[in-house]
Amino acid sequence: MGFFTHFGRYLLMLKGLMSRPENMRMYWKEFMHQCVEIGIGSLGIVVLISVFMGAVSAVQTAYQLVSPIIPQSTIAQIVRDTVILEFAPTIVCIVLAGVVGSKIASELGNMRVSEQIDALEIMGINSKAYLVMPKIAASLLTIPLLVILSMALGIWGGRLAGTFSGILPADVYDKGLLESFVPYNVLFAMYKAVTFAFIISSIPAYYGYFVKGGALEIGRSSTKSVVVSCVMILFADYVLAAIFLN
Amino acid sequence: MIEFNHIRKSFDDKIVLEDISHVMETGKCNLIIGSSGSGKTVLQKCLVGLIVPDHGEINYDGSSFLDMEDDARKNLRQQIGMLFQGSALFDSMTVEQNVKFPLDMFASMNHAEKQKRVNEVLERVNLVGANKKYPAEISGGMKKRVGIARAIVLNPKYLFCDEPNSGLDPLTALVIDKLILDITKEFNMTTVINTHDMNSVMEIGENILYLADGKKEWSGTNQEIIFSKNKLLNSFIFASEFLRDAKDMRMLEARGKIDNDRDMDALLK
Repeated sequence: MGFFTHFGRYLLMLKGLMSRPENMRMYWKEFMHQCVEIGIGSLGIVVLISVFMGAVSAVQTAYQLVSPIIPQSTIAQIVRDTVILEFAPTIVCIVLAGVVGSKIASELGNMRVSEQIDALEIMGINSKAYLVMPKIAASLLTIPLLVILSMALGIWGGRLAGTFSGILPADVYDKGLLESFVPYNVLFAMYKAVTFAFIISSIPAYYGYFVKGGALEIGRSSTKSVVVSCVMILFADYVLAAIFLN
Repeated sequence: MIEFNHIRKSFDDKIVLEDISHVMETGKCNLIIGSSGSGKTVLQKCLVGLIVPDHGEINYDGSSFLDMEDDARKNLRQQIGMLFQGSALFDSMTVEQNVKFPLDMFASMNHAEKQKRVNEVLERVNLVGANKKYPAEISGGMKKRVGIARAIVLNPKYLFCDEPNSGLDPLTALVIDKLILDITKEFNMTTVINTHDMNSVMEIGENILYLADGKKEWSGTNQEIIFSKNKLLNSFIFASEFLRDAKDMRMLEARGKIDNDRDMDALLK
């Protein structure tokens, strides 16, 4: 199937999400369930990678900044900006594309293969709206929150590594964090987080919802959805940087 | 009553259904039979709207299903219950939650009323006490019964069953058949069953449509099938020596030559 066929069907799926819910309370319940699955379910991995990301960033920046005329607090500035601008939104979202994306694709794929989606349709329920919409909405809410958490933990990880390895004292790091801070960077990171959240949820949902075959095809579509999501995240990363940082 | 005329469906170059017309009658078990690949599942999916036929018309009690607006079709679908071949129960929900799901979605009842209705239908399908079990914890026969309970919980006018006996032992298959027949009579539903189980054909086939290679080959009742001279039908239904003997016995029984005193209710107990 060609790119345009996939893209057209993807757009039709998104159009199919826009319908009046059969029962708002049930949709809300599903939305809250997805918030827990996506948000709380990914918390552990986000905490882990964020702390180490910040720590490695601090150590490697210090390794490269050997000039005595550059103040030590610059390390904190570099850690802060790289974590806010790139590491927290992009790296975390690429990891989430693997964790959340494969889960969404395989869950919907399994429902398709075992005729659970057909069962919903027979009941008169818009299966796209009921199954996909809450996942996208929950991702749009929880993933930016995870990115904010990742920013804080990444910066804290840098401070921790800097202090423990004797690169720079904590007070110098704290002073550096406040120097030349551009609040717009956080806003830009949020633009990225929201865009990536949409990619992470909608592309795997597409691959899972339209899967055909059996267990093997579910695995294949899950893998494919993660690969396509990652590529689209990197592509969107460039496009957003070109638009909002120029 | 579901009436469909001149249904045609093809996938790429392969014609799966060719000019099928038939009437599924109210208050009866209407069977679609045929060998694997004969098009019976595609026909049933066309009837419930999961597949759109290339040509033809489908009328539910006089209303054209294919020409309906989305809202009207949604409303009609709430009057349709379906039992899938693999039961299609929601894995993450308990038996009770599965059965309650259509009520939660569509019924304007309070919690106690919903619970009462769920218990009623679970009792009707002999599943008392299985409320808190998950689909993975119950047998194939129980899954089918949960599927039936979920299908009838909203009191549908139309019940579709896709191979309700597949993967079940003969006795459990009989129990499921009897349950579907009883429910059909009790609620005066139009029941459409896809099957290639010969026991079902002979026990509950009140209106049978036989498909061969996507074409309507024969239609009639389970009594008429015994006397049918259609070669394709006979080779399909009475494929084994045992079944041919059974057919001869039935013919003799029908003509009063032998006395058959089987008691189905006692057998099922």
